Order: sequence, then structure tokens, then C-alpha cells
Amino acid sequence: MSDHEYTPKSKAGKWFNDRLPLLTLGAHLTDYPTPKNLNYWWTFGGILTFCLMTQIVTGIILAMHYVAHADLAFASIEHIMRDVNYGWLIRYIHSNGASMFFLAVYIHIFRSLFYGSYKSPREVIWIIGLLIYLLMMAAAFMGYVLPWGQMSFWGATVITNLFSAIPLVGDSITTWLWGAYSVDNPTLNRFFSLHYLIPFLILGLVVLHIWALHVPGNNNPVGIDIKKPSKDTVPFHPYITIKDAFALLMFMIIFAGFVFFVPNVLGHSDNYIPANPMVTPAHIVPEWYLLPFYAILRSVPDKLGGVILMFSAIFILFVLPWLDTSKVRSAVFRPLYRQFFWILVIDVLMLGYVGAMPAEGIYLVLARVGTVYYFLHFIVVMPVVGYLEKTDPVPMSISEPVLSGGVKPSLARKINDKV
Amino acid sequence: MSKEEKKVNRRDFLFTATYTVGAVGVGAVIWPMIDQMNPDKAQKALATTEVDISNIEPGKSITVLWRGKPVFLKRRTQDEIAEARAVNLDDLPDPQKDEDRVKEGKDEWLVMLGVCTHLGCVPLKDKGDFNGWFCPCHGSHYDVSGRIRKGPAPTNMEIPKFEFVDSNTIKIG
Repeated sequence: MSDHEYTPKSKAGKWFNDRLPLLTLGAHLTDYPTPKNLNYWWTFGGILTFCLMTQIVTGIILAMHYVAHADLAFASIEHIMRDVNYGWLIRYIHSNGASMFFLAVYIHIFRSLFYGSYKSPREVIWIIGLLIYLLMMAAAFMGYVLPWGQMSFWGATVITNLFSAIPLVGDSITTWLWGAYSVDNPTLNRFFSLHYLIPFLILGLVVLHIWALHVPGNNNPVGIDIKKPSKDTVPFHPYITIKDAFALLMFMIIFAGFVFFVPNVLGHSDNYIPANPMVTPAHIVPEWYLLPFYAILRSVPDKLGGVILMFSAIFILFVLPWLDTSKVRSAVFRPLYRQFFWILVIDVLMLGYVGAMPAEGIYLVLARVGTVYYFLHFIVVMPVVGYLEKTDPVPMSISEPVLSGGVKPSLARKINDKV
Repeated sequence: MSKEEKKVNRRDFLFTATYTVGAVGVGAVIWPMIDQMNPDKAQKALATTEVDISNIEPGKSITVLWRGKPVFLKRRTQDEIAEARAVNLDDLPDPQKDEDRVKEGKDEWLVMLGVCTHLGCVPLKDKGDFNGWFCPCHGSHYDVSGRIRKGPAPTNMEIPKFEFVDSNTIKIG
């Protein structure tokens, strides 16, 4: 929080601010001292805020034309695409927007993993972020069901059936989720209701996410604690706002590329076939952003085991701040961890690839190897490397590497000396 | 506060009673909100389906929709029945005799939910390693009696409640 007291200049502003200190909040957000060495990986918070607003605005518009009924949903999507003025544009922004949202969130999460942003004192920011990610997956899944095509229907069937793996009460829970004895009209109806609700829950969590961020302040590429405000920081506006705006423009160019040139490349053509409860498509695949988890699910030859492992893959991230034993935050100064970080990136990409392939032969082998490594990384590599690794010297301050062009060993201290 | 005053007194009783009544009240409000999501009367009303089976030749099968789910009705040949009964029960992940999956005296009629017990896809007929069904989603193989033989599915395909209304009609549900 900024230390100075803010007083509005105008009399009316002062009158209002005394009653509701919105102007103080605005001043805090404007002056918020930010590390001056933030690189472009730090612009994805702003990009994600843009993605959320895009999904909410286009979603509200689509809901004006969409009909959440099993007999009418598919036709109403075609109605949006063909009849509604600019309906094709709004829908393609919304459907590709979901993919862009996940692209940005994955970069944001891996940024955090590389620079140790999840570590003390930022554990709560990390956990709120993971809750947002979970809600994003729920929203994306339910949104994908709404067009009521073949992939919608069978995706919904497979995912809701995951709950039937729960011993004793599994079948009752699944029936309860469906509101019928299979995925049917009641399922579609409630998914629409929840799909509309979740973005606003996410919005609330984003406020908490940013609030929690503003208590310790941003982490930075060097990963050391800084005094704020000081010569190591710059005000959020205009320094960070202009950098975020530039990155957002670059992001929007890619976004527009998908929307205008290849709007269906990330979707599955089977979803342009109306839902048919009698025929399952030959290859059921989820959207690309869920593929690594799908690969983990399929790598286990046991129903309950696969479901447990898939959910564990997400929930293990919640305890990450306590699995990482390293005193140094940024991987820039962690030569060993840095290599494992990139292996993890490759591992997750590989899991995503095999998740899209049939679960047989070499793909099944790769999925199993990838799954084992995924868990090894968090359960074994993170704690052990933190103990064994000889970290590089960490600079005294941000200004040092920025102004001198590199880390001077004479000025640097070893983190081991500090603790 | 002295020790005597720490024992249960009138105020503690009032607090506990208030919390208890409050919890019951909250539960009474929440339950309707949860139960409304269970299948409604219109869904339950679709609980039975009658199927005409007079046109099905031996070795052929049809698929009908019951409660939104496909049901396979297969008229098996004598060879297929013999094959199903020759299986050693120890080879089955979910051991069940073929005799227990059909109505006595109507051995040729296999009536079962065409729903893979893994994650609910519809298996394809005459496919897989066991001359029965194969689920394309995650690779479960079922035999000619609809019993799971290989793959991630935990149990055999489910036999719904059904009866022969007459020799040409089956009532499912």
C-alpha cells in the first residue's frame, strides 16, 4: 500500500472521498510502486484482465440470442452465425477468446513457476490464482457444452461420468448433476446458468488476487525483496500501464489472427454435428487447454485411479509453495532448477500432445512416462533440488544488475550468507 | 472467571440451542435448493419403453433410447451363446455368468444398457478383441455377453430392469 496520504484537490472530490475513499483507491493504483525491472512476462496479468472482460461482454451479448434448450440450442448457434448482425464475429471472439484466455493463463502460471512468484510471502496470491484457474476450467467446459454438438454432448458425458468413479455415492451424484438419467435438457439448462455465473465469481477472485498482490508488491525477475517506494521502483502509471498496453496490442494481433483467419482451427469439426445420444464420435478429445490432464486420466488403466490422479495433478499445485525448499526465488540464480523447469515445460507440452492422440501403443507409453515425471517434478525434484542446489550469487538490489549490466560478484552476496 | 462459573450455565444452553435450531433451519432451506437438481417428475415419467422385437433376426441387434440412454437388444445365435458360456469366470475382471445376464428360457435375448461403464460412451458392436463391443473413447473391450474383458471400464455393461410383455414385445424399465 502506498505510504503517503492522498487528498483530492477539488472540494467536491474531497467531500466524496471522505464518504467513500474511491479516489484514494485510484491514487493507490496509479502510484503503486512497481519493480523497475519487470519484463514482458509480467504483462500477462493485464492481458488476462482484458480476456476476462472480453468473455463477459461477448458472453452477455451471445446470451441475448442463444436458447438453452436441447431441441433449439444447436439451431440458435447457427442463427447467431448466419442471421444475427455481427453474430459470427461476437461468437468467434467468444470461442477463440476462451483459448486466448488459457494461452495467457498458462504463460502467467509458468512465469510464476520460473521466477518463484508463488513463494513466501505470495502463497495466498498463488492459491487465489489457482482457484481462478479451476473456475476457468469449469466455465470453459460448460461453455463448450452449450452449442449442443456431438463434442459438446459427449464431452459433457465423459466429464460428468468422472464423478461416477466416486465409491458408493458416485452414481447418485452423477444423476444429480444431470437432472436426468443421462446428459439431457436439464443438464444443458443448468450448465448455461452456471456458465453465466462463473465469470462473475472469477471477477471477484481477481479483485482478491490483485489485493493480495498489492500487500507484498510484485515479485520481479531477480526475485529479491525490494523497498518500496525506492530507486528500485517506478509508479504503476504511466510506466507499467504503457508497457502492459503495448504487450496487450501484440496479444490482440494474435487474437485477431485467430478470429479473422482461422476461427475454427482450435475447435473440433464434430461439434458442427448436432448432439446424438445414440452415437459416440470415434475420437473424443477435449479442447486443447485440457489435454495434458486428459492424458493423465487416460494413462491409468483404472477408472477411480485415473480420476484421482487427474485431480491430483491440479491440486498438487496448491501445496507447491511448501514443496519448494529453495531460499532463492528466481530460477535466474538456480542453475539446476532452471533445467528441471524446462523439462517440466516439455513434459506438459508432450502430455498435451499425447492427450490428443489415441490412447494406445507409443502414445500410451509416453502418457505414462509424462505422468510419472509430472508428479516426480513436484514431489521429489522441487524439495530435493532446493536442498542440494548451489545457487548463483544474488544481487544486492535491482538497480545493481540494471545499472551495471550484470551481477558483480564483489557486490553480490550469497544467499547462504544471509540465512 | 472462577472454576465454578465455567461449568455449563443457562447462557451456554441458550447458545447451543440457538445454534442447533439455526443449523436445522439452514439445512431445511438448503435441501430444496439441492434436491431441485435431481431428476424431475417429467424425467421420471419416461421411465419405461416398450420395444417390438419381432423383426430382429438371430445374430442381429437394435438400439433403442430409454431414459436418454441407448439400450442394445441383441438376438444371439446359438454359437454366440455357447461362446459366452464357455468363458472361464476367473478370466473376468467383473465375474458374472452369462446365465445371470439373460432371462431364463429367453437365452438368445441380451438386453443391456449400451453405455460403457468407464465414462459413458456408446461402445461399437462387432468390434474389439472379444467378438463383442469396443468403446472407442478409452479402449474398453466387452465380450459377446457384454462383460468387460480388457481396458479401463470397471464393470460389465449394465442389465436394465426389463420383462417380456409377450413373445414379440419387451418392456424396459
